[in-house]
Amino acid sequence: MVDADAWALLGTLMDPEVPVVSLVELGVVRDVANCGDRWRVTITPTYSGCPAMDVMAADIRAAFAAHGAAAEIVTTLSPAWTTDWMAPEARLRLHDYGIAPPHAVATRDGEGVRIDISGLGRARASDAAIACPNCGSIETTRLSQFGSTACKALYRCDECLEPFDYFKPH
Amino acid sequence: MTPAPDRALFQYLLRQADSPLILAQRLCEWIGHGPALEEDIALTNVGLDLLGQARMWFAYASEVEARMSGNARDEDALAFRRDAGEFRNLLLVEQPNGDYAHTIVRQFLFDHAQWLLLSQLARSSDARVAAIAAKALKEVTYHVERSDDWVIRLGDGTAESHRRMQRALDALWMYGGEAFVVDDVDAALVGAGIAPDAAALRAPWLARIEAVLADATLARPQDDFVQRGGRDGRHTEHLGHLLSEMQFLQRSYPDARW
Repeated sequence: MVDADAWALLGTLMDPEVPVVSLVELGVVRDVANCGDRWRVTITPTYSGCPAMDVMAADIRAAFAAHGAAAEIVTTLSPAWTTDWMAPEARLRLHDYGIAPPHAVATRDGEGVRIDISGLGRARASDAAIACPNCGSIETTRLSQFGSTACKALYRCDECLEPFDYFKPH
Repeated sequence: MTPAPDRALFQYLLRQADSPLILAQRLCEWIGHGPALEEDIALTNVGLDLLGQARMWFAYASEVEARMSGNARDEDALAFRRDAGEFRNLLLVEQPNGDYAHTIVRQFLFDHAQWLLLSQLARSSDARVAAIAAKALKEVTYHVERSDDWVIRLGDGTAESHRRMQRALDALWMYGGEAFVVDDVDAALVGAGIAPDAAALRAPWLARIEAVLADATLARPQDDFVQRGGRDGRHTEHLGHLLSEMQFLQRSYPDARW
């Protein structure tokens, strides 16, 4: 197994709570290094209390073990994890999965509603219209700053009336 | 006398760890009792953030203790095997949940103090302290926004919610300033560039608090008496009861694993 294989292997491991984004796309995996008898995988927590971190570490060890390799998990705190690291294609997959990606800013102009999920909108959650991932409406209301996990806020679409999670910019 | 650097650092790290730990435990008491499902989830998520932050500080404290004595307690031992007199948390965070107004006001006073402190600690000369603070600051920024929102909604809400918020503010105010009381431990850390002078954070804290209280139509209590003692292990009667629940399992079944 070479470095590229190790990264590819990590790319197959999904976030246990958001199973459409890999640990690499999420930005949790910071580094992989071949240390001879083992691989050293450096990860960083999304939120400091995120209970999924232990599961992620266990998944990484198991994946390497399945390839006859050992993985040592090292945790780093700096630089602090940010949703800015989330890969563009991962944002699109989040949207398709029904979770509004970070900075899913919507604007309405003459041609209708435009949803920007590039992450370049840079508006704060509290003062931007977050687009409904189900129907695209920008008539949405924040129900709570915290949703099903620490990394999400809970919204409701006032047009299709579906509640949805918003992956908070962090 | 100024304590030796590592001894002071260890004490300082325990202080940083104990406040979020105890507040997390308090917030956990709301699980299943929140006034609305969304609030139940939100409060416990805040608690989860605080617990994670406490763990980062404990992990570092444990390493410093090892460096000091070669006989370090791990984060579980630090959380579950110390008695009330050894806890270094602010008195504010151990106060009972009371009604929702008490819970929100307690959080509001704490969040703003925490935000100011962490902003400074993120520039600490100690790289590990800086990393933990920078990480925690991102989460606390969100907590501040949430607390401000609730203080305004409930303060400038109904006559009943306003009355309860003012009552909670009056009751908890004397604990709010403890975060800005400094002693020898702080002085040693300030001298080493590891920690900011917390006393200097009181004015910006008051300014932030007063701005929100004005929006919330709440009156800032005028008595600036500060009840202190938490930093020295002198706690209110509430901490022992909290610990008896939090530490029960590890006390009754030491090193239990499942």
